[in-house]
Amino acid sequence: MFAHRHLLGIESLSRGDIESILDLAETYVALNRRTDKRTDALRGLTQINMFFESSTRTQSSFELAGKRLGADVMNFGTAGSSLRKGETVIDTAMTLNAMHPDLLVVRHGASGAVALLAEKVNCAVINAGDGRHEHPTQALLDALTIRRRKGRLSRLTVAICGDIAHSRVARSNILLLGRMDNRVRVIGPATLLPAGIERMGVEVSHDMASGLEGADVVMMLRLQRERMDGALVPSAREYYHRFGLDAQKLRAAKPDAIVMHPGPMNRGVEIDGTLADDINISVIHEQVEMGVAVRMAVLDLLARNLRGTQEARA
Amino acid sequence: MTTALLNARLVDPERGTVAPGGLLIAADGSIAARLGPDDRPEAAEQIDCNGLCLAPGIVDIGVKIGEPGERHKESFRSAGAAAAAGGVTTMVIRPDTEPPIDTPESLEFLRRRAAEAGPVRILPMAALTRGRQGREMTEMGFLLDGGAVALSDVAAVADTRIFSRCLAYAAGLGALVIGHPQDPSLSAGACITSGQFASQLGLPAVGTIAERIGLERDLALTEATGARYHADQISSAAGIAVLERTRASGLSVTAGTSIHHLTLNVLDIGAYRTFFKLTPPLRAEEDRQALVAALADGLIDVIGSFHTPQDEESKRLPFEEAAPGAVGLETLLPAAMQLYHAGALGLPGLWRALSLNPSRLLGLDTGRLTPGAPADLVLFDPDHPFVLDRATLRSKSRNTPYDLQRMQGRVEATWVAGRRIYAREAA
Repeated sequence: MFAHRHLLGIESLSRGDIESILDLAETYVALNRRTDKRTDALRGLTQINMFFESSTRTQSSFELAGKRLGADVMNFGTAGSSLRKGETVIDTAMTLNAMHPDLLVVRHGASGAVALLAEKVNCAVINAGDGRHEHPTQALLDALTIRRRKGRLSRLTVAICGDIAHSRVARSNILLLGRMDNRVRVIGPATLLPAGIERMGVEVSHDMASGLEGADVVMMLRLQRERMDGALVPSAREYYHRFGLDAQKLRAAKPDAIVMHPGPMNRGVEIDGTLADDINISVIHEQVEMGVAVRMAVLDLLARNLRGTQEARA
Repeated sequence: MTTALLNARLVDPERGTVAPGGLLIAADGSIAARLGPDDRPEAAEQIDCNGLCLAPGIVDIGVKIGEPGERHKESFRSAGAAAAAGGVTTMVIRPDTEPPIDTPESLEFLRRRAAEAGPVRILPMAALTRGRQGREMTEMGFLLDGGAVALSDVAAVADTRIFSRCLAYAAGLGALVIGHPQDPSLSAGACITSGQFASQLGLPAVGTIAERIGLERDLALTEATGARYHADQISSAAGIAVLERTRASGLSVTAGTSIHHLTLNVLDIGAYRTFFKLTPPLRAEEDRQALVAALADGLIDVIGSFHTPQDEESKRLPFEEAAPGAVGLETLLPAAMQLYHAGALGLPGLWRALSLNPSRLLGLDTGRLTPGAPADLVLFDPDHPFVLDRATLRSKSRNTPYDLQRMQGRVEATWVAGRRIYAREAA
């Protein structure tokens, strides 16, 4: 049972919703490992990927997910588009809406922009990242990765390290992991932690040694280049020294701790390259694999609801 | 023609009383006499107020009208109609137009256009610096001669040296400078007050410390230059603390706040509702409560609507990109009644902040029910309940945060200089 028209954030999902998505995603993990990966769950449906902010990974993951399910997939980038000519988000969405897509995957640089757009269109909308607000499919793919590695998705200690303030990935993960009854810690310098974070059901730490202690899962976040040059942290090398994850710092975590990163990585800034490549510890590539499966599950569930609505109308 | 307003409850901010009685209005548009409950004077026109409240008309400092530049958002005519229906008898209008009111010539244009607002009184403010750019001072002397009642950039003048010179020069002219206390480098790019809620929404945020720092600076410069300074909007407990210390030190400054900050808080933004995007942004509930207390204690002198019309296109955008501001001329009185019904302030206390104090600040003789004062009056029912439907607003723009909210308090009639300019049509 997944009674949602859109997937705009983790905020509105119940435990049951999350489990439904992950359970279905498991079947797609199996499918994706076969030679013949096609199904026809989305046959006849049109999926438009609308990325107002450029993205390679997320967009190709959604594109592949849609294609494997048999949808007609169109990518709509904003480079050189009318959006750059002053058209508003809503106008662009209305224009696309007139082409009768069934599924709209949207990324936008402004928090709340995807929800705003969802109010104005007739199709199912999936938030592929809005500003610093939410990135629900990233949190879901992280959850699937954790569940497969740890055998469960609750009663774990998860440390999220780095630029929490500017990260939609962190927000969605905090919401999801909290909803599934995990202990969540955020670690970073005060300049990279958002105000009031301690009231969001997480523990706050300003150093890796105490923050990583006893962690089952360590999630590293990307630090944007423009934030390293004295604006929020003094330099990349000081940041790496204090907050970059290496084998030595990781010793504070549990011996079987896994290391995650939403990508793209800055080797030598937030994570040591050797550690990132250690397949016994790092699950970064697995996250990418789970991403396609989770997105297939989300597209499939929303399409089922879409068809249900259409049948009810007919 | 003389008019007798009978059977009213007179809300007198000067005496601090609410008493049954009436008013006799002279032919010249001034108040001729206060009447007792049983007085029945000779008058050409007798109006029965049905026991409703009769108070001085509201003097609203900081109204934005879309002229020049944005007449599609609000014109003098539409603003005048909204003001009359809201019991606002004097609008002190902002210079943050396009282009800004920063020369005697643009002020002259404004005066001609303002005639359209009808009988509601219009008093213009003029910019403190050219183009509101914060670089060169305007011709303050000419602007004052041209009728500007105060000088304001409606934003912080970022450069402290330039602001200091502006204050010093204005002090020499005896001009009132209305500042916008805000540290501009802290508040740059922010659209919400920082805290847990802002972090959940993932919006660029600023703390109330920006107001505190801005106010500390402005008041230090005021002390140094001897200027007459009024802070347009104090919105936080941090700002109130500064104000309290300054008053205790004996420096005479005044401060206002907006009706929105007195009745709403940051959580009202909910799911990125852009009608709640204001400048300064809505604060935490503790700040709102501190503001109400400061108003009751007389630390805050003035309540304004900070009427800022924005069309649908400016608001139908992601929160960060949407234009700030809310219309308020027609909702100022009912929203203020929330404070009355909550027991925070009595009607005379509210009318000090809505009418008497702003009048005194600008050297006007309105805001009083004394014989000789202009008969600028509002008759209202403080209890009448209704649900606000923004489609009924008279403003060209209907960006009110109170849409669909249950409110109490309705304007029955408004007079300016003894002439009735608004009467509610019986439903």
